[in-house]
Amino acid sequence: MEFAAFAPGPYTVVQDPAVQEAAGWEPFLPGLLLLLPLAGFIANGWLALRAASRSASALRTGADPDPFQGATPPRTHRWPTWIGPGALLLAFLVAMANFVGMSGADLHAPVVVPYWSWIATGSLEISAAIQLDQLSMLMTLVVTGVGFLIHLFSVGYMREDPGYPRYFAYLNLFVFFMLILVLGANYGMMFVGWEGVGLCSYLLIGFWFTDREKADAGKKAFIVNRIGDFGFLVAMFLLFGVFGTLDFQTIFAGAEQQMVAGGATVTLVTLLLMLGAAGKSAQLPLHIWLPDAMAGPTPVSALIHAATMVTAGVYMVARSSVLYAMAPASQAVVAGIGVLTALVAATIALRQHDIKKVLAYSTISQLGFMFLGAGIGAFTAAIFHLMTHAFFKALLFLGAGAAIHSMHHALHRAGSHADPQDMRNMGGLKTPMRTAWIAMWIATLAIAGIWPLAGFFSKDEIIWYTAAWAGAPDNPFGGLYTVYWIVAILTAMLTAFYMTRLMVMTFHGRSRVGAQARAHLHEAPRVMTIPLIVLAVLSVFGGWINVPAALRESVPGLYGVLPMSEWLHHWLEPVTHRATELQTAALGDKAHADPLAGLGEVAWALMSTLAAALVVVWAFRRLSARRYAPAAESGPPPGGLRGFLANKWYFDEIYDRGIVRPLVALSRWCWRAVDAAIIDGTVNLVGYATRLAGFAASLFQTGQATTYAFALTLGVLLILGAAVLL
Amino acid sequence: MTDFLASLPLPYQDWALHALIWLPLAGLLHVVAAPAERARHIAFRWSAAVFVASLGLWWAFDPGPGGFALESSASWIDSWGVRYALGVDGISIFMVLLTTLTTPIAILGAWNYIDKRRKAFYSLMLLLQTGVTGVFLATDIFLFYVFFELTLIPMYFIVGIWGGERRIYAAVKFFLYTAVGSLLMLVAILYMYFASGAESFSYQAFLATELTMREQLWLFAAFALAFGIKVPVFPFHTWLPDAHVEAPTPGSVILASLLLKMGTYGFLRFLLPFFPGAVQHPTVVAIMLALGLIGIVYAAWVAAVQPDAKKLVAYTSVAHMGFVVIGIFALTVNGLQGGLMVMISHGVSTGALFLLLGMMYERRHTRLIEDFGGIGRVAPLFATVFVITALASIGLPGTSGFIGEFLALIGVFETHAVVAVVATTGVIFAAYYMLPMVQRIVFNPLDNPENRAFPDLSRREKVVLGPLVALMIWIGVHPAPFLTRMEPSVGVVLERVEAARVGMGGRAGAMEAVADPDVEGGRFRVDEAPEEEGAGSDEAAAPARGLAARGQTPSGIRAAMHPRWNAALCVAPCPNSWAIRAAARLACTAPRRSRCAPGIVHGLRDAGTEEG
Repeated sequence: MEFAAFAPGPYTVVQDPAVQEAAGWEPFLPGLLLLLPLAGFIANGWLALRAASRSASALRTGADPDPFQGATPPRTHRWPTWIGPGALLLAFLVAMANFVGMSGADLHAPVVVPYWSWIATGSLEISAAIQLDQLSMLMTLVVTGVGFLIHLFSVGYMREDPGYPRYFAYLNLFVFFMLILVLGANYGMMFVGWEGVGLCSYLLIGFWFTDREKADAGKKAFIVNRIGDFGFLVAMFLLFGVFGTLDFQTIFAGAEQQMVAGGATVTLVTLLLMLGAAGKSAQLPLHIWLPDAMAGPTPVSALIHAATMVTAGVYMVARSSVLYAMAPASQAVVAGIGVLTALVAATIALRQHDIKKVLAYSTISQLGFMFLGAGIGAFTAAIFHLMTHAFFKALLFLGAGAAIHSMHHALHRAGSHADPQDMRNMGGLKTPMRTAWIAMWIATLAIAGIWPLAGFFSKDEIIWYTAAWAGAPDNPFGGLYTVYWIVAILTAMLTAFYMTRLMVMTFHGRSRVGAQARAHLHEAPRVMTIPLIVLAVLSVFGGWINVPAALRESVPGLYGVLPMSEWLHHWLEPVTHRATELQTAALGDKAHADPLAGLGEVAWALMSTLAAALVVVWAFRRLSARRYAPAAESGPPPGGLRGFLANKWYFDEIYDRGIVRPLVALSRWCWRAVDAAIIDGTVNLVGYATRLAGFAASLFQTGQATTYAFALTLGVLLILGAAVLL
Repeated sequence: MTDFLASLPLPYQDWALHALIWLPLAGLLHVVAAPAERARHIAFRWSAAVFVASLGLWWAFDPGPGGFALESSASWIDSWGVRYALGVDGISIFMVLLTTLTTPIAILGAWNYIDKRRKAFYSLMLLLQTGVTGVFLATDIFLFYVFFELTLIPMYFIVGIWGGERRIYAAVKFFLYTAVGSLLMLVAILYMYFASGAESFSYQAFLATELTMREQLWLFAAFALAFGIKVPVFPFHTWLPDAHVEAPTPGSVILASLLLKMGTYGFLRFLLPFFPGAVQHPTVVAIMLALGLIGIVYAAWVAAVQPDAKKLVAYTSVAHMGFVVIGIFALTVNGLQGGLMVMISHGVSTGALFLLLGMMYERRHTRLIEDFGGIGRVAPLFATVFVITALASIGLPGTSGFIGEFLALIGVFETHAVVAVVATTGVIFAAYYMLPMVQRIVFNPLDNPENRAFPDLSRREKVVLGPLVALMIWIGVHPAPFLTRMEPSVGVVLERVEAARVGMGGRAGAMEAVADPDVEGGRFRVDEAPEEEGAGSDEAAAPARGLAARGQTPSGIRAAMHPRWNAALCVAPCPNSWAIRAAARLACTAPRRSRCAPGIVHGLRDAGTEEG
């Protein structure tokens, strides 16, 4: 990989006409990107409050709390249907316009658009500013584009929910904060988005808040995320201590002057940031909230807990690529956490029955791959995988949502209380749901890494770079990365397996939903299938934007039919080149390291796709032969290794016994023992003692002059005596 | 706007501060004169008028170089040099505005909550407003002390008469705790008065008083105890949960939003400038930071397991004020600014939380969290406000809570990184205490049939909460107008601290100064800065110290023999002893439902006969 050397010039501020001219590009109404979803939130929020107030007064007077059932959407739904997706579509168009403009311009430095000074006191200055560069542009496109499709899908999926306007209000608010996160020009702004999306995630996980379990899941997500935010905050304090600012541009430009490469400061900063990323992106040991987060509506899982929010950690590491490139130890940790998470989550996914839980662990696992990519310094590959994953994982969730939607209806009509999300109750859905079935298979093959789908190129690039990195001449952690590489390959195989299992259990074999419900299974309405089709197309072709040039004259490259532009690499070069330079300087050019005994990328591509395909075929044949029983008829939960995996490695139980319960016990002890007994006990004791002394003194108040005279004499004698003696 | 205010027939700048002090008293007279059923209307109108009058400060106050603005004074007790002197600066302006905003909101928020002795209640509320405003505006220390004590009495009665079941215990506890601290402060004030030799209680005279390190430390201890109890700092915090739980809603609101701020305000206004040496003494800093930290973490833990919603929020106050304490003792611009922002934000968000809890109590007559659940289903607007307020309270970015905590933490990090890191865990624990409460009240199944009739916010309640929610978001999104107005005054305080550091020759000098002063024949031998010590000339150093030069005895006990001191002692603590007696009397009579007025009269008479 050859990178043109850019002069690290000062960053562009729009206000400065001279610099602006040099950049040759003026962003097109960037404020609209944020204002549109915000306006959508305000409008929908107002409608939601009105609708909720109406339903609440109906409830209070004892009327039916849900005034409609299925047939026609009530009036409360009319406006949100247009406002919610509409705001996103417009935002996507604005993002597109900016993208086109940016592609036309030869932009080597970010364009910063400051709005107002947010926190300015002492030497601290955090401005409410957004930053448009290649990375934030790409993220904006993903967020608004995939976001729009999911909003559209939601119109169908949430149609019968009385909380429809509130749902779109939250969803719009989420997009607003997500855009602040990716567009923010400093760590402060990023943190605003960071906690903001956490808030929306909290609200949307607990969207059906009268269900205790769902409200619990939301709370858990928020608290676990706050543990990560703790790391983010301390990292910001450190950065402010070193640089006196939180602006990305100043920090990244001055990093080499202000900090020693490989030194304690930069290592600490990057590790703390990684703690934040682990919280947000559900990496070990903070991954426990994401599976529970599936309590939210399925499109929310697609948007927030698969495509966008959970990838914020990867984005943050890529954004801070310069810092990570200076801290090889942190990189090893990031990659290690990533690969370990990928493996653990994949093993858990093998034994889950809830279709959304499988996808949740799959998401955690794929995020682990992204962190592996970021950890080995292949930031572009990590972002590439982030993008393709957004396509196929959103598709998987929406497809699963369509299946659940259909199942829910069928079971509801049949009067059954079986779990519509349990794959053991599904089976044979391919007949009634053909579109979803095909779309889901495309996504499955994409995530499994089958050539030439999107996931193949992105995941392969990460694994390839891991091998290259392990072989880099000066890498201090070379052996470690070899282990990472092997684990990553193993995980890729597991991915192919559990995804095939999901497909077989859901769409193939005999239907286990019951004869009565089977008749009611149906294809999703068009407003839901169109997003599936669009995402399926993206899952097929999305990987072609970054096909390695090395594959040009080969079978996997179809001898030049695929575009060999390495477009994404070139696009992100201005953002990542400094980190790459730093790494190349420290470790030698990893592109020239030759893993696989010189077989080269072509052989690697063939091998990996063949391996994945073999797993898919083998798993399909093996699992299709198996006869699954509906959940109600399934035997007791398995023991041994299967039970261990089915119980998610007992992470929740360990945290509950090791952290949550002791903390609550400690809190109670502080209250009962320290506050009530010791402190208040002392205070009350002083009070009683005073009262007692007062009572004793009152005994002298006899009213008899002789007593007083005696006391007076005694006192005089004492004072005189003291005066004489001292 | 500034020009407009100046161009009024009576320029705003001339009368504003006096109006803020006296208008509530005028309102009080009006309330007393009018029939009881009109009391709340009258009180609300007067306090609203005061709020409107105070708004002008936003424009009329020019931060300038950071000193007092809009100063004015008149002689009061000439023989002691006591003056009625008012002024406002960047530290006090938002406390004053918070006071003028909170009072009408508290009155309106408890419109129907107070159903007995309304005249007395609203009179006390207005008296309380005068007292709190006076605390923040007084630039004469004696006047400050009078106002400081003045706030005690109405609050005592508000808790003791209109409170819950254990109101007498809570009221007496509140009173005694605070009175003990403020008596020590009085001694310290008098000591400084005599030490200054200026025969004046003015802020400037006290600032000019030169004190040895040892004096500073003792005086610091007395002031810090008084203010620390008020804040409250661990372990002096146990009066707060009791007072909050028992107080009626407006009492809780005023207590949380305003009275606690008097403590941290005292830190900023008096402790730092008066004793700049003591506040950077390593031991002092260590103790204060440790107490602040304990407040943040420990109070958060205790809050998390409270079954009573009001008690929970009371403990969160302790945690929030812990951020203020560490922010202040970071002794950095960011730390102090952060502390002030937390004070403002806490005043707004915790005040709103207490209002919300009061509304819940009015509807359901219970404060237990477990009695609620699913309120979001029946009262969506209430639920929305509740969630926003809770989020502001736990410092979500974009709300007021974040700005303060972030600045305080970053300020602490600059000087004490480890402390800041530990304090940052408070961010996690905030979620740990607040979210379960939110869930158990607003979310969860609507399984208690009594909650099905839970009415949503009324129009009056919307008016009460609207401004507070708007403030939370405004401050969170655009805090610059606040920060810029505060910064110069914060700078002045820090310059003074910094100057003392230079004067002492760094921290080592400070320590030596403590170790060395010894008492010789009842007098301080003054050996201060190490440079002077090196010169080894006591004569050279002594004249510099006004106290030693006048040959007075600085020891508190001896000085108490001074006639003037006696006189002062007689006047100043008298309200205290009356009040204590009245309190005791009331404690006996109130359960028997007797009226309060005779209690006071008895108390006064008793006090008079015994002391006479």
